[in-house]
Amino acid sequence: MSRTLYDLIGLAAGVAFILALKGLSHPKTARRGNLIGAFGAGLATLVVFFYANPGSSLPLNHLGWILGAIAIGLVIGVPAARKVQMTQMPQLVALFNGVGGGAAALVAIVEYLHLGVEATTAEVIFTVFTVIVGCVSFSGSIITFLKLQELMTTRPVIFPAGRFIIAATLVSVIGVGGWVVNALGTSPLLILAGLSLLFGVLFVLPVGGADVPIVISLLNAFTGLTVAASGYVLDSTLLIIAGTLVGASGTILTRLMAEAMGRSLFGTLFGAFTAKPQDVAAAGEERPVRSGSPDDVAILLNYARRVVIVPGFGLAVAQAQHTVRELADLMISKGIDVAYGIHPVAGRMPGHMNVLLAEANVPYDQLAEMDEVNPTFGQTDVAIVIGANDVVNPAAQTTPGCPIYGMPILEVNHAANIIFLKRSMRPGFAGIENELLYDPKTMLLFGDAKASLTKVVSALKAL
Amino acid sequence: MEPMAILSIFVLAVFVGFEVVSKVSSTLHTPLMSGANAIHGVILVGAIIVADHSETNLELGLSIAAIILATINMVGGFVVTDRMLEMFKGNKK
Repeated sequence: MSRTLYDLIGLAAGVAFILALKGLSHPKTARRGNLIGAFGAGLATLVVFFYANPGSSLPLNHLGWILGAIAIGLVIGVPAARKVQMTQMPQLVALFNGVGGGAAALVAIVEYLHLGVEATTAEVIFTVFTVIVGCVSFSGSIITFLKLQELMTTRPVIFPAGRFIIAATLVSVIGVGGWVVNALGTSPLLILAGLSLLFGVLFVLPVGGADVPIVISLLNAFTGLTVAASGYVLDSTLLIIAGTLVGASGTILTRLMAEAMGRSLFGTLFGAFTAKPQDVAAAGEERPVRSGSPDDVAILLNYARRVVIVPGFGLAVAQAQHTVRELADLMISKGIDVAYGIHPVAGRMPGHMNVLLAEANVPYDQLAEMDEVNPTFGQTDVAIVIGANDVVNPAAQTTPGCPIYGMPILEVNHAANIIFLKRSMRPGFAGIENELLYDPKTMLLFGDAKASLTKVVSALKAL
Repeated sequence: MEPMAILSIFVLAVFVGFEVVSKVSSTLHTPLMSGANAIHGVILVGAIIVADHSETNLELGLSIAAIILATINMVGGFVVTDRMLEMFKGNKK
């Protein structure tokens, strides 16, 4: 295959990626957009096997190894993506992003070993960039995975002199990067990779649980940029285009997500440096709460005129999306006005609730976004909060200095009655106490969301 | 390639990237992030190129690892995005 044809097909793949991102930006074209992207990526991968790089010949060297490695990747990647629970998708995306960053760093290291002293200064600089950012993306994503999978604490990890350690690590990363550019050599590059991995860990540890999706998005953009830099070193226009597209769109997306949560990007990433450790609401203090039975809830609902359902991560965990729809349909059949109040970042990722409720075929027009539903809480008789916590916590409006301060919330505190379906009194993902739980107009229904809702449905049917 | 040509491609791609996603409802933030994530899996192309011209066992070993990781990123990314978007079907008004 000639270089021209090879480049033309690469260009077509680049166009496919633009169309993919464009398609993914609109609900109706999203799925097609994703398929176009997959087509472009498949095409780009296929064509590499038919073009001999300068100094090489067809078939590719080590062809068996290459195909075997792809097969291993398929065997790991496809089942993981197919079998993952809806609740675990965010961490899977984090993991996929991490391995992408790791792949980019490895490619850069191999190319560096290969070029040896023949590498131009520009190539070495791009290699250093890819190794640093790829490693940060890799180790940072692993930490976000551990946080989301709750294999480690979801709270900000702040250690003494943390900010100095992080700053010192960053300075050493840059210093060793300069050393690689000047002195060349394998050892400096490996030291650089090690330090960058460490920096990725330190960079993500202080980020609070609720901000993790923003960090994943940012690391995603980072990985994009490493791919673009690899494109320069490997003389591949396609990699430059694809990487830059992801880097740019990922940056915008990160900003949009931060806006949806009412956070400045800077605050999210560096908030933990300035925040003092929380004195977790006088921990351990026992305060009275009002808990109710499913029958109490059913009676309250039966005489309501307007009910707003606020779903959160607990709904996803309990897989209660079908049951909640059953309850909503039942209430509607009784002439009650029902809406779902969707917080943009309820769950573990923006849009998480929309995806979940769409799975249960909840009609789109019953889903109300935050700006739409907030002014109506004053006329709402009952707000049912199902496994959500931080997104309805009034502390975000009233307690300056708490980790979620400034985040827009669903103002369920304005509703006449509030019902919380909770597993326990454990605070939400951000680890902050919710005053609303102790409010006299709040009733708590403890237990698994699905089991509780099923009981409420049968109690309401019996009325 | 000419440095100026590369710079032009880079700058134009930055603006295209900004433009295509500038107005996205929060509903689609997660699938969009996941789709973009899958797209950077094309680093697989780079991994295959370096595997092809690797001369030592170290180079080959590292590039094989890169191919495995990149394949997981690309294929897994597109499959998981499709699964997310599959949930939206039947909801079009």
